[in-house]
Amino acid sequence: MSRDVPPARRSAPWLLLAPTWLTLGLLLVLPLLLMLGISFRERDVYGGLKPIEDLGATVVSGAFLANYTRSLEPIYLAIAWRSLWMAVVTTAVCLVIAYPVAYCIAAVAPPRWKTVLLGLVVIPFWTSFLIRTYAWMFLLRTEGLINTALLGSGLIGKPLELLYRDGAVLAGLVYGELPFMILPLYASLEKLDRTLIEAARDLGAGRLASFFRVTVPLTFPGIAAGVVLVFIPSLGQFIVSDLLGGAKTMLAGNLIQNQFAVARNKPFGSALAFELTAAVLLCLLVYALAVRRAGREPLL
Amino acid sequence: MDIAVEIDRVSRRFGEIVALDSVSLSIRRGEFFSLLGPSGCGKSTLLRLIAGLDQPDSGTIRIGGQDVTGLPPFRRPVNMVFQDYALFPHLSVEENVAFGLRYKGVPRGEQAAHAAEALALVQLKGFEQRRPHELSGGQRQRVALARALAMRPQVLLLDEPLGALDQRLREDVQVELKNLQKRLGITFVFVTHDQEESLTMSDRLAVMNRGRVEQSGPCREIFETPGTEFVARFMGAPNIFTARVRGAVEGVLSVTLPGGGDLRLADGDPGARWSAGQQVRFIVRPERLELLADSSEPVKSPVIPVIVRDRVYRGVSTSWIVEAGHGDRFLVTRQSGSRDGSGEAFEVGSRALLCWDPAHTVLLRTEG
Repeated sequence: MSRDVPPARRSAPWLLLAPTWLTLGLLLVLPLLLMLGISFRERDVYGGLKPIEDLGATVVSGAFLANYTRSLEPIYLAIAWRSLWMAVVTTAVCLVIAYPVAYCIAAVAPPRWKTVLLGLVVIPFWTSFLIRTYAWMFLLRTEGLINTALLGSGLIGKPLELLYRDGAVLAGLVYGELPFMILPLYASLEKLDRTLIEAARDLGAGRLASFFRVTVPLTFPGIAAGVVLVFIPSLGQFIVSDLLGGAKTMLAGNLIQNQFAVARNKPFGSALAFELTAAVLLCLLVYALAVRRAGREPLL
Repeated sequence: MDIAVEIDRVSRRFGEIVALDSVSLSIRRGEFFSLLGPSGCGKSTLLRLIAGLDQPDSGTIRIGGQDVTGLPPFRRPVNMVFQDYALFPHLSVEENVAFGLRYKGVPRGEQAAHAAEALALVQLKGFEQRRPHELSGGQRQRVALARALAMRPQVLLLDEPLGALDQRLREDVQVELKNLQKRLGITFVFVTHDQEESLTMSDRLAVMNRGRVEQSGPCREIFETPGTEFVARFMGAPNIFTARVRGAVEGVLSVTLPGGGDLRLADGDPGARWSAGQQVRFIVRPERLELLADSSEPVKSPVIPVIVRDRVYRGVSTSWIVEAGHGDRFLVTRQSGSRDGSGEAFEVGSRALLCWDPAHTVLLRTEG
């Protein structure tokens, strides 16, 4: 008990935590509160904020929620739905690609190769994400690398329209998020006790059965962490859909970015950003509950 | 004789290391068989080959008369109790025990009953819903045993399953395991590095060294008449005597000890050809050796003058390390409170006479 601890020592932990609280407060909580305030306001003609004339009336009439009600209009709901769908597909594709890759690095590759292979997974981070997304444009353009190669080999007669489609956006998203799925999966596959798989096989389970009954449940923390790490950024992505999706593919991220940069409607942009944050928090809550229900140590 | 497992000239190498070098063994149905040896002798590798978790480079493995070489583990009528138990941490005790039942074709509705039966065998009723991490080491060991037994294997393989238990618990479990094996009549193949454990539990055992079987047979035979120096040392009989053959007549071998004494031995190996002057080696177990005071008149035939080099008091027994004139050292053990208490008089540095009843001499196989 803290009865015998002198007062100075009792406050020491709080003092030590002060820098953290200060940083979080100034750089995270305060800006969020400012944005929350803005989201209840109205835009003026020049893209600034309209002064509040009658605070009482605005609150009572519910007019301060106008930006939030507007976000429920069908056109915005459609964008939200599209974003959600894209994020789900991205996450699923990443999981399907990353699991075998992580498994090979963790369990199949000889030990001295592991570092090299993990390095290859991380190397793309040395280049700016924007530049790497531009590189995808060069690959997918009508006169890009893929079309040139296909045309040259005579497999196709006229160039394929690869760019500015959902497929292009999906490719870009998967490419960008893949390492965030591979790394947590690798971490939990690396820790997996191989004798458990041998035990499953000894008890009559074939390769597939031992994979789904032992390997997958035991790497669940890695799967959950990877899903969260991929799903959340995919939900708010705007660079990829902007560059690879053209004007046709608008995602939640683009919508928000547009409100601030193009439409100059900060209040509406803030309201949308808050809704996205709420959606992300909801995902994290589901993640935490799922991990706890599985009775496991979370990896995140 | 009904053979449960037959190992026929099985070899396995890992890179440069020869883990098993043309090993042949027959394990009888319903017996408790131990694979005994120091770490790295190949005993665990052999067990994994029987389980199908690894495949031999050459040789054949038959289980119940059927060639299983090359078959995966789930196609073999054997189950394993792993060294660290390998319980599934994400499943309850009951789910662990019932894990393999569906592959045996046990209907879903009967799986719980099967699991309960197996848990009752190891006295773990009431623990069904616990997770492995909520159990003690001894309880986990029982769950691992129940999980393997629930599969009703023809042969149960146990890879040092008592290694992680403390000494007292270990001794209890040894007796329990032996009783369980007798009751169920299942063939047990038990891997251990502990000679006492293997003697306590097994019907027969094989002593392994450097990927080879040094000797296999009933416990008593291996303990009392070890065939090689390695087996003798591993069985706690480090007294290796060398002598020269004088002659052999009708199964009786006369040899000369380095100190000059003569000894007549029963030649247990009728096929062996002895030539005069040939060197032979034999052992005498430490508890069969006797120390006599230097001044006493020797009554028994072989007598070697020795100097006492060390004395260890162990409670139930006292051991002396004595050195003969030619530098060989021997271990002598006497139970405390045996007929004459004169043993205590042999102080370190004093002279004594080493002798024994020739009937307790065990001739070692000549190698090469």
